[in-house]
Amino acid sequence: MRDLLLAYQSLIAFVGINGLLALSVYATLSCGQLSLANAGFMAVGAYAAALLTVKAQAPFIVVLAASALAPAIIAVPLGLPVLRLRGVFLAIATIGFGEVVRLFFVNWDYTNGALGLVAIPQRTALWTIFLALALALFVLARIRGSRFGYALEAIREDETAARTMGIDTTGHKLAMFVLGAALAGLAGGLEAHFTFMVAPGGYGFGRVVEMLVQAVVGGTAAFFGPVLGAAFLTALPEVLREVGARLGFAPGPFRLFLNGAILLLVVLFLPNGLVSLAGLRRRKK
Amino acid sequence: MTLALDGVERAFGGVRAVDGASFTLVKGEVHGLIGPNGAGKTTLLNLISGLLQPTGGKIELDGRRIDRMAPHRIAALGIARTYQNIRLFSGISAADNVVVGQHLRRRAPLWRRLLVLPSARAEENAARERARAGLARVGLEARAGERAVNLSYGEQRRVEIARALASEPRVLLLDEPTAGMNRSEAAAVAQLVREVAREGRAVLLIEHNVRLVMELCDRITVLNFGKVIARGTPAEVGKDPAVIAAYLGEGA
Repeated sequence: MRDLLLAYQSLIAFVGINGLLALSVYATLSCGQLSLANAGFMAVGAYAAALLTVKAQAPFIVVLAASALAPAIIAVPLGLPVLRLRGVFLAIATIGFGEVVRLFFVNWDYTNGALGLVAIPQRTALWTIFLALALALFVLARIRGSRFGYALEAIREDETAARTMGIDTTGHKLAMFVLGAALAGLAGGLEAHFTFMVAPGGYGFGRVVEMLVQAVVGGTAAFFGPVLGAAFLTALPEVLREVGARLGFAPGPFRLFLNGAILLLVVLFLPNGLVSLAGLRRRKK
Repeated sequence: MTLALDGVERAFGGVRAVDGASFTLVKGEVHGLIGPNGAGKTTLLNLISGLLQPTGGKIELDGRRIDRMAPHRIAALGIARTYQNIRLFSGISAADNVVVGQHLRRRAPLWRRLLVLPSARAEENAARERARAGLARVGLEARAGERAVNLSYGEQRRVEIARALASEPRVLLLDEPTAGMNRSEAAAVAQLVREVAREGRAVLLIEHNVRLVMELCDRITVLNFGKVIARGTPAEVGKDPAVIAAYLGEGA
């Protein structure tokens, strides 16, 4: 067991970090909002954490708190205007935010521009990641079925009807937008202290698409679906790396190809994601 | 409790969908809002519930202006509604729809649930119990667990009424509640509307079934081209030449 953990430490860590990121996308999806700002929030969290560690030698718990808090604070003034947009317009506006953040860090000399910050001490342990993931899952699980959770479902199903039921739709959407930002930032802080570095290139549009694909493949009908998707899409390419190499693919492109193929298969045959597999089995019994 | 509309106007570009409508709705009455298609009835309901803002005039609930308020604030003052084209939360069960309807009545802070306190569970069970009772009231207890999308048209309308009543509103706005229902279903809804008014709620009812309106309503306001062309008791309105002209054409 110990050997396995050591051999696959990095893979296991990324299953957890990607799980947090997929949950951050799920947070807004759960009230029907497709927000793609989360790579930007992740960058804010990662840089805040890295700066606190490198420049201020802050204790790790403070660093992690800041990595969640910094993007959450930014999410409030960002969310208030953009959450008025619906559907694809919200997606476009939030992609815009992500790009602004990335370009900001590319051009910020204090953090070495495009090169980013390196030699961040490794503070993130596997248990830290999975404790954070467990906490996030717990919060999302408890939201389901609560008065707040019912309101989110109502907003997802019919926003107009929800408003005339007395639900403050903007407030609820904003709360989930802020929660998503905090989760993405926390994942960024954890990742920075696991991979020793932060650089703007890691938080581009491709990163948020990855989060979204993992959430969708896992399934957004259940709160744990995105974590399943993240685990599946993070682990599978590693498991199949050998096969890809034998077929003569480079690992990077092969991973992208696999992700694309899996997304296509899931959308075609499991529109509710991997979680619907459990449902199928139950129905057959 | 009085809901008063005073010279309410709503223009869409050059079209005056509602053009200076005034009437009052008082506690315990069933008030019919009738008129030919396109008369502005649904627009008026959208104005009262805050989905649209009037371009003129004012709407007051107990002397308080509500015509610039957000829909959820208006709902919080005790105005609930149903929709002509049914807007249930179709992916969740009938009972869950009614639980959502209780949003304004529930005191269930999220932290209590995050701490897994027994009081949170008790409150949720109570909410589910009330939802069941609400569905029983519209005769749908047996369908509580069914997803709303799988219900028949008439059943969906009744769930919508149960959902609106779940907020214990002072004013209930019903937009064609019996459309698509058979006679016995419609009679059951009429009976329910009577009960609701007897509880001291005001009901504003848009309805095309003339016999139902005549039987059910205490007072009727007739709209045509956004203007109030007649008002009064069903008997008065039924004899009004302007109403007859609007429905049957001039010279009828």
